Amino acid sequence: MPNIGNKQQRVDGPLKVSGQATYTADIASPFYHAYVLQSSIACGSIMELDTSAAEAFTGVKAIFTHKNLPERLKNMVDYTDPLSPPGTPFRPFYNDKILYNGQPIALVVAETFEQARYASRLIKVTYEQKEFKGSLEENLKNASADRAPEPASNRGDFEKAFKNSDVSITQEYRQSRNYHNPMEPHATSVVYKDDGSIVVYDKIQGVASSLKYLNGVFGLAADKVQVKSDFVGGAFGSGLRPQYQLFMATLASLELKHNVQMVMTRAQMFSFGYRPEVIHTMKLGCSKDGTLQALSHHTVGETSTFEDFNETIVDWSGLLYKCENVNLEYKLTPVQSYTPLDMRAPGGVSGVYALECAMDDLAHKAGIDPLEFRRKNYVDYDQNEDKPFTSKELRACYDRCEELFGWKNRKDKTTNESHVRTGFGMATGSWEALQQKASVSLTMDATGKFTLKCATADIGTGTYTVMSQIAADKLGVPLDHIDFKLGDTAFPDSPIEGGSWTVSSVGSAVAGVCKKFQYRIADVWKRKYPDYQDAAFEDITFEEGNLEYDSKSFSFTEIMQQASKEELSISHNEAPAEGQDTHSGYAHCCVMVEVSIDKELGVIKVPRITNVSAAGKIINPKTAENQLLGAMVWGLGMALREEGMVDTRYGRVMNANFAEYHIAVNADVHDVHTEFVEEKDDKVNPLGAKGVGELGIVGLASAISNAIFDATGKRLTKLPMLLDDVLEV
Amino acid sequence: MNTHQVHFTVNGEPVQVSIEPWTTLLDYLRYHQKLTGTKKGCDHGQCGACTVLVDGNSVNSCLCLLVSLDGKEITTIEGLGTPDNLSSAQQIFIEEDAYQCGYCTPGQICSSIAMRKRGEIHSEADLKDWMSGNLCRCAAYKNITKAARRIYEES
Repeated sequence: MPNIGNKQQRVDGPLKVSGQATYTADIASPFYHAYVLQSSIACGSIMELDTSAAEAFTGVKAIFTHKNLPERLKNMVDYTDPLSPPGTPFRPFYNDKILYNGQPIALVVAETFEQARYASRLIKVTYEQKEFKGSLEENLKNASADRAPEPASNRGDFEKAFKNSDVSITQEYRQSRNYHNPMEPHATSVVYKDDGSIVVYDKIQGVASSLKYLNGVFGLAADKVQVKSDFVGGAFGSGLRPQYQLFMATLASLELKHNVQMVMTRAQMFSFGYRPEVIHTMKLGCSKDGTLQALSHHTVGETSTFEDFNETIVDWSGLLYKCENVNLEYKLTPVQSYTPLDMRAPGGVSGVYALECAMDDLAHKAGIDPLEFRRKNYVDYDQNEDKPFTSKELRACYDRCEELFGWKNRKDKTTNESHVRTGFGMATGSWEALQQKASVSLTMDATGKFTLKCATADIGTGTYTVMSQIAADKLGVPLDHIDFKLGDTAFPDSPIEGGSWTVSSVGSAVAGVCKKFQYRIADVWKRKYPDYQDAAFEDITFEEGNLEYDSKSFSFTEIMQQASKEELSISHNEAPAEGQDTHSGYAHCCVMVEVSIDKELGVIKVPRITNVSAAGKIINPKTAENQLLGAMVWGLGMALREEGMVDTRYGRVMNANFAEYHIAVNADVHDVHTEFVEEKDDKVNPLGAKGVGELGIVGLASAISNAIFDATGKRLTKLPMLLDDVLEV
Repeated sequence: MNTHQVHFTVNGEPVQVSIEPWTTLLDYLRYHQKLTGTKKGCDHGQCGACTVLVDGNSVNSCLCLLVSLDGKEITTIEGLGTPDNLSSAQQIFIEEDAYQCGYCTPGQICSSIAMRKRGEIHSEADLKDWMSGNLCRCAAYKNITKAARRIYEES
């Protein structure tokens, strides 16, 4: 039975369910523990910082602040990482300036975590505060397009087309700030070796990013530092850039020549990146028959005062539907906060939220069913780039989702509960299907077992499992003959695990190295079995660890024995095929949602979410479905729960904990269902597979908003949508 | 600092310790016993990642002081089964793919087992309510619910 396409259980499952999967804070070594003291103001400078009482406290080994940062970390030092946006990256303890509330201003290192935490509270700080404006709203007048990359080109004549449209809407939609909050807090464990080199266990979505940062900041050559990350307890983008605990633990370890571990508290998980608050202004116009004629999408997003974080937001509105007259604008405005950070489907989730609410508003105004309206404006090529798609089976998603969900009951849906209003809403979702360069090494030992290595990550997505499946199939060996290793800078290069491109990039590299292995083993076989020296490679097959030719079977181990080889090693670099950029690669989905709203209490429930996706070849439906379902629940959380609330007087996140920053819990999730339609794609990458880690969240918040609109007749135009908002309408 | 004598068992092994009164069960398990299968997700009793079994009942170990556990039986994820010899509950979590990153998983499994001991689950809503003390940011809730139901009904 082939492994690709099989609902394979996770190969790392036994470790995860038995507590044996070692996350960064689980590394067993005698560590000193580091704890960070954070700024209590958002803007200004530190006047006095008295660490004497803390230094004298039991177990304290050292305290680091801007007053004793080694000089070598100040001069000609590169604090960037591979995903740094334009600007100057945050540099811990660089000087006395305060850039945001929650900024680390002192690091206490002690024998135990409790000692370090307690001692941090003995530090006395006085500040000189400066005036600032703490919210996007207050900083709108500073919004500038110059700070942001230019969106896709405008096309046609929007103003004229909008004016001439039979039906039009103009509407503002707002999203609040969201925090990633993986269950595993960010952590770094540094093991200091006698020769002065260090092994750094970091919570990161790509060990190469930590390595680049450590090279740049601490000047550590590659032979002095190895970064590892076997298991990552979720990240969702929070590990796309090294976070400050990497700097802290490394600084302390190098200065003290000792193992140091730093684990952030949950509150500190709100002291770095987030999905930024954005305000969208949408103008859409169509003809009486529902043909989209004019579309304008303008967005303003928040960034920090020191980096210009940007996302691809408005471009999605130029992509998703056929429209000749499009006007796109994207601006950024700095607020007194840390720099935002890519968070699951960055940009797409925001742009498509506004677009899909606006499409629903326009369909309603035009008196057309929202699903029919989308079918009517379907597009088969990428209008932003003027290219065809590698594949696009969105129409099949619409059809299947309509049938599964029972969309036709939308107008005459009934409920047995008289105290609730029921609403149906739908939206389109999409996400990029990109491929990056990746490298993989492969070794077969004398027993026929394979070890494959790549510096990629498994952040819960199933990398260990799907790469093993691909390798097993492409080599023609049983799954348990494959050991796929990842998360180590000693392994061949990989792109960061993000952008839903790991299967596409690393998976294609795995397929490539396996193909190379087959050529190699065939060569060895031909040399050792001269009868077959003229055998054509095309006539050889590989199954169950055997090379098969002309009805004869030769096991890999037997061939190795004949050749007196202990092992066979090869490596492979895979890059996107030449000419791949002639097409645009995207995955698509349709999502439909039922909401029920208590007429008196305003409580919003989501009894059903149905998603149908087109994402090329699905390597493992079990893990792929799980990712989609998780992303759909993220959409629910974004729509109805999540809001990072800033006290704008102090620039401080007020709800920096799980009791007050609400993420979806088990009881929020009812009937959630996803399935895939068949989508053949021979252009997107050698596997024909598109990533699914982000797709499921795109469009979901708008589908819920649209369902609430269907139930109540009122459009809630900001996220999250709360029961107060329903009661007010 | 005054320390206190406490006796208890951890995964069946009798233990006697002299410990400061503020040490939580979670920090004791992770730092003293090196049983790192029990996770710290919030240290505030809000996420359930640190859930372990005390006399078979689920407890947020971050909110539980070790000195209060004299005479108790503590069971952690490591005590339920090993990779080569998994318990049925652990096996069910694998079969149902009731996780992604795996960080909340030890806590989810312990809560499922405690639910089975307690009983009184009469509906899907009861089950989801019980399991809502364990957050899963990967949001594998559909599969966690399936696994927890199977553990409740089968094992």
